[in-house]
Amino acid sequence: MLKIESITKIFGGLTALQGVSFSIAAGEITGIIGPNGAGKTTLFNIVTGIYDPTSGKIYYGGTDITGFPPEKLARLGMVRTFQGIELFGQMTVLENVMVGLHTKSQSGIIASALKLPTHLREERHIRERATSWLEFAGIAELAHMKAANLPFGKGRLLEIARAMAVEPQIILLDEPAAGLNSRETSDLAVLIKRIKDSGITIALVEHDMELVMGICSRIVVLNLGHKLAEGTPRQIQEDEQVITAYLGEV
Amino acid sequence: MELFEQLLQYTISGLSTGAIYSLIGLGFAIIYNSTSIINFAQGEFVMLGGMLTLFFHITLGLSLPFAIILAIAVATAVGALFERLAISPLKDAEPIILVIITIGGSILIRGVAMLLWGKDTHALPMFSGNEPIILMGAAMMPQSLWIFGITLIIIIANRVFFHHSISGKAMRACSFNRLASRLVGINVKRMILFSFVISSAMGAAAGIIIAPLTMTSYDVGIMLGLKGFCAAIIGGMSAGMGTVAGGLIVGVLESLGAGLVSSGYKDAIAFIILLIILLIRPQGLFGKGEAERV
Amino acid sequence: MKLLEGSMKQEMMKFFVFAAAVFTAPVFFKGGYIVNVLVFVGIYTILAVALNLLLGLAGQISLGQAAFFGLGAYISGVLTATHGVNPWLAMVISVIAVGIIAFVLGFPILKLKGHYLAMATLGMGIIVYIVFNETIDITGGPSGLSGIPNLSICGVIFNSDMKNYYLVWSFAIVTILLSVNLSQSRIGRALRAIHDSEVAARILGVNVRLLKVHIFTISGIFSALAGSLYAHTVQFISPASFGFNVSIELLTMVIIGGLGSIYGSFLGAAILTLLPELFRSFQDYDIIIYGLVLIVMTMFMPGGLVRGIPLLARSLLAKVKAGLPSERRV
Repeated sequence: MLKIESITKIFGGLTALQGVSFSIAAGEITGIIGPNGAGKTTLFNIVTGIYDPTSGKIYYGGTDITGFPPEKLARLGMVRTFQGIELFGQMTVLENVMVGLHTKSQSGIIASALKLPTHLREERHIRERATSWLEFAGIAELAHMKAANLPFGKGRLLEIARAMAVEPQIILLDEPAAGLNSRETSDLAVLIKRIKDSGITIALVEHDMELVMGICSRIVVLNLGHKLAEGTPRQIQEDEQVITAYLGEV
Repeated sequence: MELFEQLLQYTISGLSTGAIYSLIGLGFAIIYNSTSIINFAQGEFVMLGGMLTLFFHITLGLSLPFAIILAIAVATAVGALFERLAISPLKDAEPIILVIITIGGSILIRGVAMLLWGKDTHALPMFSGNEPIILMGAAMMPQSLWIFGITLIIIIANRVFFHHSISGKAMRACSFNRLASRLVGINVKRMILFSFVISSAMGAAAGIIIAPLTMTSYDVGIMLGLKGFCAAIIGGMSAGMGTVAGGLIVGVLESLGAGLVSSGYKDAIAFIILLIILLIRPQGLFGKGEAERV
Repeated sequence: MKLLEGSMKQEMMKFFVFAAAVFTAPVFFKGGYIVNVLVFVGIYTILAVALNLLLGLAGQISLGQAAFFGLGAYISGVLTATHGVNPWLAMVISVIAVGIIAFVLGFPILKLKGHYLAMATLGMGIIVYIVFNETIDITGGPSGLSGIPNLSICGVIFNSDMKNYYLVWSFAIVTILLSVNLSQSRIGRALRAIHDSEVAARILGVNVRLLKVHIFTISGIFSALAGSLYAHTVQFISPASFGFNVSIELLTMVIIGGLGSIYGSFLGAAILTLLPELFRSFQDYDIIIYGLVLIVMTMFMPGGLVRGIPLLARSLLAKVKAGLPSERRV
């Protein structure tokens, strides 16, 4: 579904990524791991259109999407979450998810300003859908809380609920377990599996090995901007290069 | 040779005002580099320099050199106060908030000046007499020599401070990476205060040396500030030669435009340059394009 | 679902109460001098709301709103006073023309953010002001443009304070209604999203660039409308009414009322327009007051009066309760 072909990214004097290639299969959970500085988030930023690669291409369902801006990718069914959660802090939890439904709604400036019936109908629909996504993520009771006041773990769930509202075909989660305690992490794992079961492809950058090994069917390992290894969790765990990269020379 | 003399005239006067824009621009750059804030109030320190000197020299009758020193000291104190009271408590706020605060500060300073000294324009006496120097057919006021000389001294002093003194290097470190600076023990808060102190002192000095040539009043700060900002933008917000060049360019273009095209639009010239640069090359003519990390 | 209807009903109630108050006010004041001042409150309300849509909602700083205000006024003024165009037609032309200018300028200018955007809009405002001053043949320069006719409908000429009050406030009420609707809609949410996190908004499919330009255009259109109304009610305009200080006043009005609060903009406009009338010496201190208000409100009451006063009241109340003797105090 997503094919990353020979992506290289150079920032001034720093080569963040060098010739990275791999594929993400539809309907699966693929994990991307690697020591800090490996270039994982940079890769995500390139795939999701926030950076342009210095060279290389990205294919989504067969279409070349290299250089497509994030808003265009959202309409094509690709969405992501952020390492440092980017919530709309001054809006309520419910409103955050309602923004997620932006691409699923149409009312323009004129219809909104004049409160035309189509707009009112659509507003009701948006609100209903948003509420059901909050229920999906298990945070429906926080609907009217200001997003900035959410505890961190709930904020993560909100970001996921908001991303789901886009009704994507693929979600890229950037370190979703960062800052979560072990109970929150296992709840997260359950949520991610439910997302996968609904047919959505998931790519996951993570440091939490238990989570990654537990839910991913395939793992890609990056180190210092290169792809080090690719395979099933078992294969990765037994790969010598990976072990060396994480633990140093044995 | 009349055209040549005219051009020379405009160029020289343009370089004089340009030197002032350079100093003001450096002030913007210094604060921006250590805080990522654009200090909208920068122009008001320029105004304070001139107005305070006037007050101390004419109203209180102190000697000119003493009045100048006192004026710079007071303006610097105002700058430090502003940083302590309005900037420091809010350094982590979003840009809009900081913009509004510094705008508020500039208005406040201007308002107090208006209250204390009224709306009239005043002239500071020339530092060394009113006899113009004739250079290749163009007349140049001796004040211009003072401007060039003092500007040069300040620029050199800046360079020496920022590149060869511990505090200066510490300030530059803050501008590159605040967290890392704190980790190596640099007192970032003090550095920020220093940057305001240096900028307000420089601004005040700029205001003082130009006041004899262009008159001063409570509201000269806005225009001068904006033009100085333009200089800083051209220089890519660097506290170096790019900004100095930027100021001179703005000054000369403005002077040539006013002389050759129309004097009514004189002020507009600098702002048109500003808009063009901001819209086409916001990193400045001399700045290096930078990639941003998300 | 119940919640939607409930809050919508609340909004409608708020609006009708406000509209009712506006329409009955002149009667209440027995058509005195204050009605004249309230005409200006109306005009500045439209301007403040226009700025609030841009600044409070979308988070885009504009220090050049006076430029659109002035362009609206001058285009209307010149077309009617110098070329005898029908005032209503002139207003339409003025609003459309400024809308187009804002739209075209918006694309390059709104690529900038934060301080740079502030400076660019400031520069834009000053350039327009200088143009007003210098194009003496068209605008009359610093001495201004006079002889601008009043508006009229079916023979009723708007030439008195009372009539102008209803004229201006009809437009102001409509502007407020449209703006409130907009701010609570999908578009309003998208704008607030842009304000809070542009990158997250983009990731969710919001066309940030286009939306910013759209709201900038709307802001320009409302400002031009205010300018046109101003020209026809005062019948004389000069560049001094459209300078940088006006942009600062508008900013202060929005801050006082509260960023993002449409009704707050009315409050800000009312306070800053009425204060100079109530305190004649306000003139001398006005700059200082604007400066202080901007700093103090931004530091201590970022939600403006609309949110700040209830919050203040609540915290004072809490303090009072805490101070009361109670058996539970240890």
